[in-house]
Amino acid sequence: MQTGNYSINEPSMSKLFDNLAEKGKTMYAPKNRGERILFQKVEKFGEIAGDYLLTANSAKEVVFPRYEKVFSYKKTQDGILINDPTGNPFSEVVLWGSRPCDAAAFIPMTNTFEKDYIDNLYVKRRKNLLVLSFSCNTCDEFCFCTSVNGGPGNTAGSDILFTRLQTGDFLAEIITEKGKKVVEENSSLFEASTAEGKEQSLAKVEPRFNQDEIQAKLQELFENPLWAEKSRACLGCGTCAYICPVCSCFDIQDEAHGSQGTRLRCWDSCGFSLFTLHTSGHNPRPDQGTRWRQRILHKFRYMPDKSKIAGCVGCGRCSRSCPAGINILDTVTAL
Amino acid sequence: MSEFEPKIVAFVCNWCTYAGADLTGTSRIKYAQNVKIIRFPCTGRIDFMLLLKAFAEGADGIIVSGCHPNDCHYTSGNFHARRRWITFRSLLDFLGIDVRRIQFSWVSAAEGAKWAEIANTTVNNIRELGPYTDYAKVAVHLKKEAKV
Amino acid sequence: MNELIKKAASLLEANEVQVVIGYGLGSAKRPQAIFVTTPAGCEQLIFDNRCIQNLAVYLTKQEIRKLGKPAIVAPLPVLRSIVQLVAEQQLTEGDLVVLGIDPDGKLLEFSSFKAIESFLSDHKIVIEEKYLKKIEEIKNMPVGERFAYWVELLEPCFKCYACRAACPLCYCTRCTIENNQPQWIPVASHLQGNLEWHVMRAMHLAGRCTDCEACYHACPLGIPIHLLNKSLIQDLSESFGDYGPKISEPNMLSSFDPDDKESFIR
Ligand code: SF4
Ligand code: SF4
Ligand code: SF4
Ligand code: SF4
Ligand code: FES
Repeated sequence: MQTGNYSINEPSMSKLFDNLAEKGKTMYAPKNRGERILFQKVEKFGEIAGDYLLTANSAKEVVFPRYEKVFSYKKTQDGILINDPTGNPFSEVVLWGSRPCDAAAFIPMTNTFEKDYIDNLYVKRRKNLLVLSFSCNTCDEFCFCTSVNGGPGNTAGSDILFTRLQTGDFLAEIITEKGKKVVEENSSLFEASTAEGKEQSLAKVEPRFNQDEIQAKLQELFENPLWAEKSRACLGCGTCAYICPVCSCFDIQDEAHGSQGTRLRCWDSCGFSLFTLHTSGHNPRPDQGTRWRQRILHKFRYMPDKSKIAGCVGCGRCSRSCPAGINILDTVTAL
Repeated sequence: MSEFEPKIVAFVCNWCTYAGADLTGTSRIKYAQNVKIIRFPCTGRIDFMLLLKAFAEGADGIIVSGCHPNDCHYTSGNFHARRRWITFRSLLDFLGIDVRRIQFSWVSAAEGAKWAEIANTTVNNIRELGPYTDYAKVAVHLKKEAKV
Repeated sequence: MNELIKKAASLLEANEVQVVIGYGLGSAKRPQAIFVTTPAGCEQLIFDNRCIQNLAVYLTKQEIRKLGKPAIVAPLPVLRSIVQLVAEQQLTEGDLVVLGIDPDGKLLEFSSFKAIESFLSDHKIVIEEKYLKKIEEIKNMPVGERFAYWVELLEPCFKCYACRAACPLCYCTRCTIENNQPQWIPVASHLQGNLEWHVMRAMHLAGRCTDCEACYHACPLGIPIHLLNKSLIQDLSESFGDYGPKISEPNMLSSFDPDDKESFIR
């Protein structure tokens, strides 16, 4: 659903930000934090980082916080009282400055949380989220969005996609009803336009593999020495999963405090040795090789088998940040 | 206006300080009631994290106390503990956790009067420092989120 | 470099070792750990100042141990970790061949772990000036401000545990943080969970940490958690004397001196 193209200039961009923030929406954007640029809450337009390819963390926290209350309980004389947070109001969040891959990640994420079992916490957060993305005019050797049905100007998952044109102005492609509403409410900032000049402003991201071929090959490769080989240096940390915009595994933890407590869901990773450890001591994925296989199969076989969409948007974050220098492309292209 | 009454948690070993505090009582020496004593087999068993847990629960001050050097019931528990205290205290200080609120001491089973004195001075010191909320604030989510 | 390649290849050739743990160039032209099992494969070995991952972490990994006896490319930080692992009975003489690299890039051969220990006595851990300054700066903040500084610094930590995974000395197969019956340190990455996790990490490494900075380099969010370790190294060497990995002396925090000095116990 494409509902029109507009153009907007730089000063109006900051106006738009202010207008949204004034409405009490929580603004998330890339911002310097110590040595990295991270998606985090920002108050003012000026705080937004100017020059960045991708943030170190992904934007998934806006719909899937790193820890989240599932419910809390309290023992009273009248029995156990349960507080279900899905009844609470959720704040409206604007994700500002996401890249096309960041935005595209909400699609497989939604498949995970809104198919089969409907997760109300996710549903509510996703419903209240406005995604304002910016096309990429640069990329690096870790980017491979074009190999997983994405691209530096891909609109999927965004409500509005901005592209900085060579003129200095931004092209605003309105993708959804939510996006349309933003234009309507800020009509003085936007001018009708065509999509002209978009292609020339985009980064060139060379395709690295064919996703369908990979999916087909993975039907066969369950037992293969490649998994251990490609993951030999893996340290079994949670980095690749935690910074991945699509990874959505979690662990349930109870924090008790006397006769009351909270049940939380906290991010988890299939790379951890405890992830599949049974109470008996048996571990069906006993080493990093089998864990790495799970990561690849889940993203490139199970998820597309189930819903046509891969569990990877090609942002390259996992490869950029892996403390052992493991590059997911090395495995996928070696299949 | 009532004066601020500090909450003090004391982590003490069973063989010396606990017995010492007992003696304070049987000798009918009065001391501040603000001190809640938690008994451990030995100072060597007092996990450093317990101190943070006490702050998280709202303690304004902490006493950690055991047998004098060479008197540990288990020979060297307190020597090990001392090294750990030196280390832990320096780490907490570096992190900006207020170490003025932690009083370490050696109190033997015969030092009922010393226990009373340690307890009283600690309470007075903490009263002067005021309530400690820095650490409890980072832990407040527990109580807040559990609210029904 | 050639020396290293030749030595590694000859060890594999003679079947003295079955795998060489070293640095090679990954596909993105980044140095990364490689595990060479054939003499010809040794051509891939490189060493330069970009090779900062601490390879000693692999010596205790079951996946790598399965490959057979290793030789390991060991610049200073790796040598220090090896000695600490020996001191903690994680490695025994004959378990591995150490291909030492001295600070000038020259290949070093060691006849025993003791020989590494004595080499290290000439290469002591020294906290860099820039860190000493930073530590000083933090220590000079008023206590409340200092606390706020750390809370802010540690807030982004999402507990991926890369710092733990990359540390050669965090080899426990079950970490205290994973104890949840009852839960001791909150698993959730809220402020309390993060603070206590980092306090615990620093404490469990106190007296053992060899200042290799692997934890810091591993952190995907660039959080300078190694400052905690460095500050402890400074303070411990002031309190307990010569700091550094040693085979001939017990670990700093699993031993004591009846005359240990402090000024805060009454
Ligand atoms: S980030 Fe790298 S080392 Fe950590 S689990 Fe993923 S592949 Fe392994
Ligand atoms: S698997 Fe890696 S490249 Fe793919 S979406 Fe996740 S972090 Fe990005
Ligand atoms: S590596 Fe960084 S983000 Fe991960 S647990 Fe350690 S400090 Fe936290
Ligand atoms: S704590 Fe950090 S600096 Fe110390 S040994 Fe471990 S990885 Fe190296
Ligand atoms: S028993 Fe008192 S300190 Fe060990």
